Amino acid sequence: MPKRTDLHRILVIGSGPIVIGQAAEFDYSGTQALKALREEGYEVVLVNSNPATIMTDPEFADRTYIEPVTPEFVEKVIAKERPDAVLPTMGGQTALNVALALADAGVLERYGAQLIGANARAIRVAEDRKLFADAMARIGLQCPQGRTVTTFEEALATVEEFGYPSIIRPSFTLGGTGGGVAYNREEFEQIVRRGLDLSPVHSVLVERSLLGWKEYELEVMRDCADNVVIVCSIENFDPMGVHTGDSITVAPAMTLTDREYQLMRDAAVAIIREIGVDAGGCNIQFAVNPENGELIVIEMNPRVSRSSALASKATGFPIARIGAKLAVGYTLDEIPNDITKTTPASFEPVLDYVVVKCPRFAFEKFVAADPVLTTQMKSVGESMAIGRTFKEAFQKALRALETGRPGWETAERLIDDRLSDDSLETLRRALRMPTPERVFQLKRAMRAGLSVSEIAALSGIDPWFLDQLAELLEAERWYAALPDAELTDVHVRRMKRFGFSDRQLAALRGETETQARARRYALGVRPVYRMVDTCAGEFPSATPYLYSCYDEEDEAPRTDRRKVVILGSGPNRIGQGVEFDYCCVRAVLALREQGYETIMINSNPETVSTDFDISDKLYFEPLTFEDVLEIVEREQPEGVIVQLGGQTPLKLTRALEAAGVKILGTSPDAIDIAEDRRRFEQIARELGIAQPPNGTATSVEEAVEIANRIGYPVLVRPSYVLGGRAMEIVYDDASLRDYFDRAVRVSEERPVLVDCFLEDAFEADVDALSDGTDVVIGAVMEHIEEAGIHSGDSACVLPPYLIPPAAVEQMKAHAIAMAKALGVVGLMNAQFAYKDGVVYVIEVNPRASRTVPFVSKAIGVPLASVAARLMLGETLAEVGFTQEIVPPYVSVKEAVFPFNKFREADPVLGPEMRSTGEVMGIDEDFGTAFLKSQLAADNVLPREGAVFLSVNDSDKPAAAVLAARLHALGFKLYATAGTAAFLEGQGVPVTRVLKVNEGRPHAVDLILNGEVQLLVNTPLGKHAQQDDERLRKAALGNRVPYTTTLSAANAACDAIAARRWREPGVRSLQEWHALIHAGAAPGTLAATESGEPA
Amino acid sequence: MAGSPPPEGFLLLEDGTLFLGRLVGNAGPTVAEVVFTTNMTGYQEVFSDPSYNAQIVVMTAPMIGNYGINADDPESARPQVAGVVVRELSRTHSNWRATGSLDQWLAESNVPVLTEVDTRRLARHLRSRGVMRGVIGAGTTPTAEALAALGGCPSMVGLDLASVVSTREPYAWGNAQHPFHIVAYDFGIKRNILRLFDAHGVRATVVPSNTSADEVLALRPDGVFLSNGPGDPEAVAYAPSAIRALAAKGVPMFGICLGHQLLGLSFGGHTTKMPFGHRGGNQPVKELSTGKVLITSQNHGFAVAGSETGGIDGAPDLEVTHVNLNDGTVEGLRHRSLPIFGVQYHPEAAPGPHDAIPHFSEFLDALKSARV
Repeated sequence: MPKRTDLHRILVIGSGPIVIGQAAEFDYSGTQALKALREEGYEVVLVNSNPATIMTDPEFADRTYIEPVTPEFVEKVIAKERPDAVLPTMGGQTALNVALALADAGVLERYGAQLIGANARAIRVAEDRKLFADAMARIGLQCPQGRTVTTFEEALATVEEFGYPSIIRPSFTLGGTGGGVAYNREEFEQIVRRGLDLSPVHSVLVERSLLGWKEYELEVMRDCADNVVIVCSIENFDPMGVHTGDSITVAPAMTLTDREYQLMRDAAVAIIREIGVDAGGCNIQFAVNPENGELIVIEMNPRVSRSSALASKATGFPIARIGAKLAVGYTLDEIPNDITKTTPASFEPVLDYVVVKCPRFAFEKFVAADPVLTTQMKSVGESMAIGRTFKEAFQKALRALETGRPGWETAERLIDDRLSDDSLETLRRALRMPTPERVFQLKRAMRAGLSVSEIAALSGIDPWFLDQLAELLEAERWYAALPDAELTDVHVRRMKRFGFSDRQLAALRGETETQARARRYALGVRPVYRMVDTCAGEFPSATPYLYSCYDEEDEAPRTDRRKVVILGSGPNRIGQGVEFDYCCVRAVLALREQGYETIMINSNPETVSTDFDISDKLYFEPLTFEDVLEIVEREQPEGVIVQLGGQTPLKLTRALEAAGVKILGTSPDAIDIAEDRRRFEQIARELGIAQPPNGTATSVEEAVEIANRIGYPVLVRPSYVLGGRAMEIVYDDASLRDYFDRAVRVSEERPVLVDCFLEDAFEADVDALSDGTDVVIGAVMEHIEEAGIHSGDSACVLPPYLIPPAAVEQMKAHAIAMAKALGVVGLMNAQFAYKDGVVYVIEVNPRASRTVPFVSKAIGVPLASVAARLMLGETLAEVGFTQEIVPPYVSVKEAVFPFNKFREADPVLGPEMRSTGEVMGIDEDFGTAFLKSQLAADNVLPREGAVFLSVNDSDKPAAAVLAARLHALGFKLYATAGTAAFLEGQGVPVTRVLKVNEGRPHAVDLILNGEVQLLVNTPLGKHAQQDDERLRKAALGNRVPYTTTLSAANAACDAIAARRWREPGVRSLQEWHALIHAGAAPGTLAATESGEPA
Repeated sequence: MAGSPPPEGFLLLEDGTLFLGRLVGNAGPTVAEVVFTTNMTGYQEVFSDPSYNAQIVVMTAPMIGNYGINADDPESARPQVAGVVVRELSRTHSNWRATGSLDQWLAESNVPVLTEVDTRRLARHLRSRGVMRGVIGAGTTPTAEALAALGGCPSMVGLDLASVVSTREPYAWGNAQHPFHIVAYDFGIKRNILRLFDAHGVRATVVPSNTSADEVLALRPDGVFLSNGPGDPEAVAYAPSAIRALAAKGVPMFGICLGHQLLGLSFGGHTTKMPFGHRGGNQPVKELSTGKVLITSQNHGFAVAGSETGGIDGAPDLEVTHVNLNDGTVEGLRHRSLPIFGVQYHPEAAPGPHDAIPHFSEFLDALKSARV
């Protein structure tokens, strides 16, 4: 059937900010969907609040609404745009939930918009456990025994029937948020109560545990003619009980016979039909009893997902792209296979390689959080690797994680493998409990002589996988024992075919990595590059989507075009997320347009950059020196771009340069200057730019000495870190020493930076572009939170709204001077603080910063695209970017945090970055822009009600002003004794509340009872006290918006006031940008300041 | 020591291309036509499928042997392939149904496995040059003996292998109480075909490939099934006359793979050898009457000449019912007036998807109609 001609305008709903369980994969799928729909001639409208995505760049849709992905705002977009259809399957659970809410509220019907891709019934049946179980029963399939309950008492009755361990899954939450495994009554009560809180419909499913069963996933597609194909099978290395997002997974399935696989396939086909996904894709999870093959359906998601992104990358079958085409009426046989170009998409990909995905965690950022892996997803990113065998792909994926392990290697210290001692008992206990380190504990267990069968019994991991690992260990021993004289290419090749990195091989023979590589080169053992072709070589393929292996035949096409290699950013992690992938993709697009052959190297399956459609050549490879060097030597590019992918490529810069590789843009030496405190200081001094007093310590004593010289409080952090890892503000000698005991080792090789902490200073970020001669400011962004909060965690506003214009001008002048002094070619980010009339430079990074996509959206210039062209030798004038653009509207960026996943951690902001994503709000005035950013970040600011204030002493004067404003806006105010006394003294009426330790009802009770609509709680100086932590956790648990800084509280007040003044409207990015081109002057749009009563 | 690889081995193709690997089992030399299949699961079914008789089978799926072997899955009594080439033969297996290891099972039938081969290079070579004969042997250089064996290996064209693999004596399969009875010509029949007939309420008398039409009619069947099998269909010269004689009596007939090709030959069509055939479980086939796409299991090196638009070459009584969406080849045919149809692919799957199983019901319907 050809495409539908009754549809003209289609609204695509994005997934909003990156959160755990909903990450970059939705930028990948959304971008594909937009491209697929537009090439069919549809007018495409997008709504997504996440500025760090490629999909929200203005050229990817006809109109792009960077507005909150909430029913309220999506309705506004629908009312304005009147789309014929809404495609809700590309934006994760967020988009599905919004679509369902709009359908239920009759909004879609009212505006004549129909859901395509998945209808409301399918969404509901897939998500509602009870309806789903009924549907499965109708087609003769089993679901886990379970019951949906809405009260704890019901839950208890259920678990008494099914027994422990028990699985608890809240309804309608993302990535299993709030779910878990309970082994006893106490855990059960805790998880059920939390789940009931978190579920928007206040229900949880209590389920019979299938712990230890094998877990599989199938990716399924169906067209409107009822043709169904299975795109990929995925087998989990970890057994049931670990969220699939947290499990190491393998494609295709490794241990299923055809008979079992086909039963699963038949079930999948029956499920997609029964649920009624008419034209689109879904992901289905199964559990298989390893004792008897019993098959149980766990869940089905009628949309693209993290797994579908993985499956697309693993097979070369672009699920989101095809899904979009199916949604508008095509059948699978009408759509070409984009890889082979000669065969249709109505087939099932076959793999002649193995794909392994490894999750990446961030527990080091949430020290108090429980590292045990359960049904609630906790990982923040993932790596994928392709090899010809499981062993090869497994080791490549582990080294692609960039956690310092060059493959399947144990850590030097037991503690880093999460083991308290080296006894067998400790090991056995550890193996029973899934944690991020268990995969490495397996190696220790095998070394200690535990048998595969014992380890299988302890861990529930299939013996086949374990034996694969045992083979690796045996190969290590075999290789280590070979006499030098007998070592030939045959031996080295065999090890490389098992996926061992040069670093691993070097360690086995007591060599350096360089020696190991020299030996390998001398023996002529080099990788070849194979195509991912969807068909195991049955048909010729024209698409250079490549992976390395140590087989015999190289398939990578060779060309004599001018080439550029762009290094990606690897697995997402906190501090290095989708914004760097955004920059890489922009560079690829710009350089392709300039006629270069673009070569992308990356290991992250979630991303747009690893879509084979983006670059001319895609190497899906780990971003280690060895893997990158092999490609660069083979491709002989004009140079390599390292400044767009965050720390990952930057860390390779020096080694690549030493190997004779040309680094494009800013010189590696300039990068080094910026990172080397002493060299940087010298330049700052020469330029006459103030720095906070500081020093570099190589010992604890030196640090204490510096701190006393410059005065407390000081900010301490290890050098060369991203995302504020282990960065803290300390107030005295004792806490400084404690910092070294607890957080960081210091030595000559690992110096620690000690900076004077500028309390209550304004902070600002400046992004700038330089061609080596001229510098143009991209934007100055004022942080809403004051100094001391990591810039990645702080909200920011563009243009600045409180910093005096003269200080802003000085920041720009400093940034320009710095860029010139460092010889920056490409992007540079600088952070400044402003206090008591002085502008201080905090740091300068001659590379893309995480604000680049935000600025690009705000000013309408893709900075990373410009930067890429500058790096290849064009000037700013040639590119046509010669003057700073200050938009006549206000853009606010807000950070989004994973605290709801890590309930044990205190959700207070600090110098260590902990946000996973960001949203953007744009409007004419600051208050409305900030309001939108808060709503998009799911901080539902109240229109009325009560505010609870609890602030530290130094904040009290400012808090009184805030309190007066809130009072004037009609809010009731609550405060504990100290704050209340102060406010009353200032004439602000306030109701006193008991502190938690003062008896009941106390402050936390108030929050639990829903009597507080906003919490303002600033930590008390040195350490956030326990009382405060309980308040914040209670607010978080009850979805009460809260702020831990007064500046953010003031901004929230602005937002609330703005809404009193006028309801926010929606406007597309294209419309905003038109205002720039129309020459509207900054500040002219907001007619009156606010609607606050005088 | 543990961790060291098996002894060296090789595969030499008739065009002189050499592939090195490690040899497990029979040191050979072993000669046969070398073909590749893209099935990702079901190696035991593949290796025991009589249609693969006298072929060296290359598995493009790299990890083979993972789930061992079991007693339920074989498609015939023993491995049928001449040799197996894989990227990695698993040294252990894990599955609740497993009764042994793949290498042991193949060794019992003297089938060599060449492992650690760059099977993608090999598959791409066969794809671009066409399938050809090859010899598996020990060491890294072919011996004179191996070369001689390769020289003496017959071409698949003109080879009647159906007679070789067919049963010598008739036998019965399925519940004797079933309402319908068919005669199944065994040209190399897969057990799952018989299992599925049984599941559809049809019992079968399986007869040797050269059974005459009179002998078949004497069994008073409700219908006749023409099985899959190995070799060149045109070499099974005795079959078409029997098929025509049965057709003349109005007997419902259903053919799979070789059986389908024999139907084509019987009514005037001809078959051609394909460059590298269709072998795997993901071949898209379009049902022309409905436009629906079936994902099918396939294993054939010859095809009935024809096309969607032009019909079956030389056989005006037949119409094309199914075509392959990858290359347009004929995948199904039907007699315009008689209850006779065939499909090139394997609706019985094993291994492969079950999309085409309804063909068994279709045949059952034909049996029912013929009775009325």
